[in-house]
Amino acid sequence: MKEAIRTDVLIVGAGPVGLFAVFELGLLDLKCHLIDILDRPGGQCTELYPEKPIYDIPAWPVISGQELVDRLMEQIRPFEPQFTFNRMVAGLERLPEGGFRATTDEGEVFEAKVVVIAAGGGSFQPKRPPIPGIEAYEGKSVFYAVRRMEDFRGEDLLIVGGGDSALDWTLNLQPLAHRLTLVHRRAEFRAAPDSVNRMLALKEAGKLDFRIGQVKALEGEDGILRGAVVKGPEGDFEVACTRLLPFFGLTMKLGPIADWGLNLDENLIPVDTERFETSQPGIFAIGDINHYPGKLKLILSGFHEAALMAQAAKRIVHPHEKVVFQYTTSSTSLQRKLGVTR
Amino acid sequence: MTKLTYIAPDGATFEVEAEDGSTVMENAVRHGVPGIEAECGGACACATCHVYVDEEWMDAVGQPEAMEEDMLDFAYDVRPNSRLSCQIRVREDLDGLVVRVPERQG
Ligand SMILES: Cc1cc2nc3c(=O)[nH]c(=O)nc-3n(C[C@H](O)[C@H](O)[C@H](O)COP(=O)(O)OP(=O)(O)OC[C@H]3O[C@@H](n4cnc5c(N)ncnc54)[C@H](O)[C@@H]3O)c2cc1C
Repeated sequence: MKEAIRTDVLIVGAGPVGLFAVFELGLLDLKCHLIDILDRPGGQCTELYPEKPIYDIPAWPVISGQELVDRLMEQIRPFEPQFTFNRMVAGLERLPEGGFRATTDEGEVFEAKVVVIAAGGGSFQPKRPPIPGIEAYEGKSVFYAVRRMEDFRGEDLLIVGGGDSALDWTLNLQPLAHRLTLVHRRAEFRAAPDSVNRMLALKEAGKLDFRIGQVKALEGEDGILRGAVVKGPEGDFEVACTRLLPFFGLTMKLGPIADWGLNLDENLIPVDTERFETSQPGIFAIGDINHYPGKLKLILSGFHEAALMAQAAKRIVHPHEKVVFQYTTSSTSLQRKLGVTR
Repeated sequence: MTKLTYIAPDGATFEVEAEDGSTVMENAVRHGVPGIEAECGGACACATCHVYVDEEWMDAVGQPEAMEEDMLDFAYDVRPNSRLSCQIRVREDLDGLVVRVPERQG
């Protein structure tokens, strides 16, 4: 087992609500570590609607999803939150001596006095394409993400999709691959035009293949891929390949949270509205993942929940400290924490 | 009111009376049609309200716009009659429209 990373508060999910929790916890001197399966902060705001306007953030008549996340990152910077991206929190258990141990899907271990689940609609996970029997190849020949580029050196790669992930990995892996074929269902791409032009230039130069179509079957055995059958506009054709990388976007799945011994109600975690604590003392749930009478899945509501949760978390982590209610406007001690006064 | 019919992958049919101006996705969610997830709430940002428009209705419904075509790249098992139901607005001349829900949304 890897050595545990210790923190006061472990936050599962770095969406807007998890991010703002860092601020409220930070004002109370609690240090946070956030883990998210995505490769950057922001949850739904950055993954689903970075450029769309939000109109109901108090005092921001209009702000885009990405801008909101950028501002939150700026606001929490004084508290030096630690982030672990590209990791899913897989296991969570209570330690006999108090506190919790969480493990990621890659085996990292975290120990924290309090856990805050800010998991929104669940982990963003890759969509599986409609290819019969693809499950048998997953993790051996079929990958939905590239964690180590070296793993793909010298392979015959088949990349499927037309978004930025498909195009970026086509460009990044082309120099390493023995051979690379990109398959997309149409001639237009949603990816950045610059990437598309670079891909087409490589195709012109004979350095990769681009074919229009949809993968309908895989060939191979015991998870070892030999080729794929693609349905093209002029009939089926075959692509020899040893690795398949499908990029069809992400969808939210509750994931391992269901196995953590918490009471659940239709994939949501019931909490009380004073502390936003789950059925397990010391584990809190805020933002879209929780449920209580009158719950609204709004960013605004998640921010409120973060503030109240922080008060309860403080009493667990520092049981002997008295919490005095203070305003950031007038409290020099809070301002010192924020680094705006000395 | 305009009549819409949804056919689930198991063949179950759902007939609903829809208000003009609402979307085919909204009516599915309101009436609990299984398989329409609509994660993003109708912003054309997730491709989880994918439906197949009945061949006979394809002309009446029309073609997706560029943004929807882009999003369809992320849908499950895309066919020539694939549409995102949040981008189909109910109107009088769609009375009787039939759409099929795919086996999965992703
Ligand atoms: C298109 C669209 C428009 C919207 N417009 C508005 C609006 O105008 N106003 C408004 O208030 N709200 C709006 N919302 C809703 C708003 O985005 C959500 O309420 C908000 O994102 C919830 O934040 P969150 O931090 O709780 O969860 P999320 O943003 O869902 O973030 C949760 C994060 O947790 C991660 N995660 C979950 N489980 C794990 C795990 N086990 N391990 C690691 N990581 C995990 C996920 O990958 C995700 O990144 C909109 C949503 C959409 C989709």
